[in-house]
Amino acid sequence: MNLILGFIFGVLFGSILTLSRVIRFEKQISALLLKDMTIVKFMFSAVIVGAIGINLLNSFGLIELHLKPMMFGAIVIGGILFGLGWSLTGYCPGTAAASLAEGRIHAIFAILGMLVGSAIFAHSYPILKPLLNFGNLGEITIYQYFGISPFVVISIFALGALFLFIWFEKKKL
Amino acid sequence: MNKELNPYVGGALVGVLATLSAYLTTVLTGKTNFFGTSTTFAKISGMIENACVPNFYNEYFSKIGLNIDWQFMFVVGIFVGALITAFLTKSFKIEFVPPVFKEYFGNNFILRAFLAFVGGIFVAFGVRLADGCPSGHGLSGMMQLALSSLLAVIVFFLSGIIFANIIYRRR
Repeated sequence: MNLILGFIFGVLFGSILTLSRVIRFEKQISALLLKDMTIVKFMFSAVIVGAIGINLLNSFGLIELHLKPMMFGAIVIGGILFGLGWSLTGYCPGTAAASLAEGRIHAIFAILGMLVGSAIFAHSYPILKPLLNFGNLGEITIYQYFGISPFVVISIFALGALFLFIWFEKKKL
Repeated sequence: MNKELNPYVGGALVGVLATLSAYLTTVLTGKTNFFGTSTTFAKISGMIENACVPNFYNEYFSKIGLNIDWQFMFVVGIFVGALITAFLTKSFKIEFVPPVFKEYFGNNFILRAFLAFVGGIFVAFGVRLADGCPSGHGLSGMMQLALSSLLAVIVFFLSGIIFANIIYRRR
């Protein structure tokens, strides 16, 4: 059941990603060059709608959250390395798989690189452990950190996204 | 038919889909599942090594577990969903060098393959260190309003923007 659900949601997610064109190399790089904000529009819209749904379900105790720990050092260094890699390949893991399915042969090299990169990480894991614990605040949400309601955070994000979207449309980005 | 879905609509649909997934997996399997992809890439990498190296043991691969789980099938689903959609909407196209890449580096497949590979290494190493990719942190983590994911998304974009503007210059 668990595996079937994963597959069904994957098919739907992959279909929406492909229909929206957000999986493509040119969309990702154009966003990083601040020329075409399609992926940012897509991502922020998903986050606002999803945050409302997830936090409603959570406030009624219908689901459990799986927060990733706030490891300051690891996220900053990992994030910088990801940004370098992202600008070179033009893909993140999910979009590379979908792009290959759309016939973009070159995405196979991105995927091979990702498999090698994962192996390098796994083998250097013992050395990297101290870094993972540097500045680790544990599993914490934005609203817990600031001591406010999750819906206040969502409202601020939604307002910020709205102004950003208006600006994107005005500038035709 | 070559339909393009509006990114605001597509994004909103993903938000609904993620909510549905969290709810249905909790009700039907007792465990809430959120979207993510990068751990599966690490699993596949571990499975390959496991198959090639006798008496293979690695602490990290043992920690994530080299089994086929919800996320593994989710990634398989992404591939299948993209494939079906690509054929139905006729967006499937065999491409060796992507359009924007050509503008900056010319029609050079070897260079594209090399940069994609090297970039892929940094992508995977970076997301393993940060414990999530634009799906796990950018979508699922942000939807849960995790502090870690907010930091990750800010660093992902800032770093990506800086490096892209260095790499893609008209020459």
